Amino acid sequence: MPNLEAPGKNSSPPGEEGETPSPQMRIELSSQQIEARGGFRAFVDEHVRPFAGEWDRLESMPAEMVSRLRERNWLGAIAPREAGGGGMDPITYGLLTEAIGSGCSSLRSLLTVHDMVTLTVLRWGKKDLKESWGPRLACGESIGALALSEPNAGSDAAGVETVARPDGDSFILQGAKKWVTFGQIADAYLVLAQCEGKPTGFLVPAETEGLQRKPMCGLMSTRASMVAELHLDDCRLAASCMLGRIGFGVSHIASTALDHGRYSVAWGSVGIAQACLDACQEYASQRRTFGKRLDEHQLLQRKLTEMTAETRAARLLCYRAGYQRRTGHFAAASETMLAKYFASRVAVRAASDAVQMHGANGIGDEYPVARYLRDSKLTEIIEGSSQIIQTLIPSLPMPEI
Amino acid sequence: MQERKIKIKEFLSQFFKNHDLKDDEDIFALGFVNSLLAMQLVNFVEKEFSIAIEDDDLDFENFRTIGSIDALIGRKSASHAES
Repeated sequence: MPNLEAPGKNSSPPGEEGETPSPQMRIELSSQQIEARGGFRAFVDEHVRPFAGEWDRLESMPAEMVSRLRERNWLGAIAPREAGGGGMDPITYGLLTEAIGSGCSSLRSLLTVHDMVTLTVLRWGKKDLKESWGPRLACGESIGALALSEPNAGSDAAGVETVARPDGDSFILQGAKKWVTFGQIADAYLVLAQCEGKPTGFLVPAETEGLQRKPMCGLMSTRASMVAELHLDDCRLAASCMLGRIGFGVSHIASTALDHGRYSVAWGSVGIAQACLDACQEYASQRRTFGKRLDEHQLLQRKLTEMTAETRAARLLCYRAGYQRRTGHFAAASETMLAKYFASRVAVRAASDAVQMHGANGIGDEYPVARYLRDSKLTEIIEGSSQIIQTLIPSLPMPEI
Repeated sequence: MQERKIKIKEFLSQFFKNHDLKDDEDIFALGFVNSLLAMQLVNFVEKEFSIAIEDDDLDFENFRTIGSIDALIGRKSASHAES
């Protein structure tokens, strides 16, 4: 399986004869990962980057793009192969997410939310649910969306006001959800609701009677991510639609989804930062002021250097998180959280600097950097805001490298 | 069994700094358990003891103390060995 090298797997040549070779730390991609990355980038250059601005203006994602991801097994790419998914290792998945994120954060967010739902259903769904929805989600035949936030609840996930009332062998859901990414086209929603006064997760099929979805337009970020409000009016669900058990909606259901979401957003943020760097390097090599190219001015050189260093540092944190996810290390979730925290801040700084470097050109839609700035801001808000993460990191064990 | 408890304690002690956690002490009552720890505990138990925590195992009683976590692992290991 392609991955960053396993510890100790590749030893340096022995030093002195007879000496036991000491394992050397290696941070490099396998040949399969490098090849996969090339394919991801080529796809983005051909099918995503040239059109992302138009999707953003239209506030819509073409159905053919969803099909293209599906055809390549990139919806559910990280779901286990035996469950019908792509079986991609976390590092390769990160490379995919970075590539897509560098071209279009809206499209990246489809990967993010769909896989959040898919992995959570496969992890905590009951047998019936796993059999009925697992394979459809894992291969991307059905699209999943996360319906956690509400008009009065976001970071305080346990404070959701949607209610799930047990009724015989069913649950009846009543409430409203907001900011549901790709909620306009999803086939099933991971909904968090209060059941017997305790947060509980459910998978709600889109065709459920009483479920209405309404597009949310004019948002600042990821405008093509087809965000929706949901209204659940006496939606009756089979008992098998409950994920996990009553009361575990935040601690295990939302946590599982958000952990993956943070990993995906971290890589997507690296994608934005890299796209900003690429855009700035191109612009600065062509634009001239005061008789020389922008990239010959020391102030601009400093900005490009900072952007380069921060982008690469963020990517290294993502590699670290991905490596721990692949090895199943218990601290993978903490490392992922740290990577998301750092990468999202880097993306915002890079995008802000990119707009500044483009001057008045930066605020229009002739160049992509204004979109990068709008999209980057959301990465500091979703799947655990930077402020929520700041309250958690100090108490988490962070094993040394 | 004692070895299992030691490993569980070592894991939890990373989160419960400066507190000597007892086998029968309620970790939820101590107030240190957030959703991230809850999930990492599941991941730790699964990897360290080669068992699979399933949706039916999600019961706070199974994770309340070192003793109850150990008992859960014992039950899961036994049922895995039988199947």
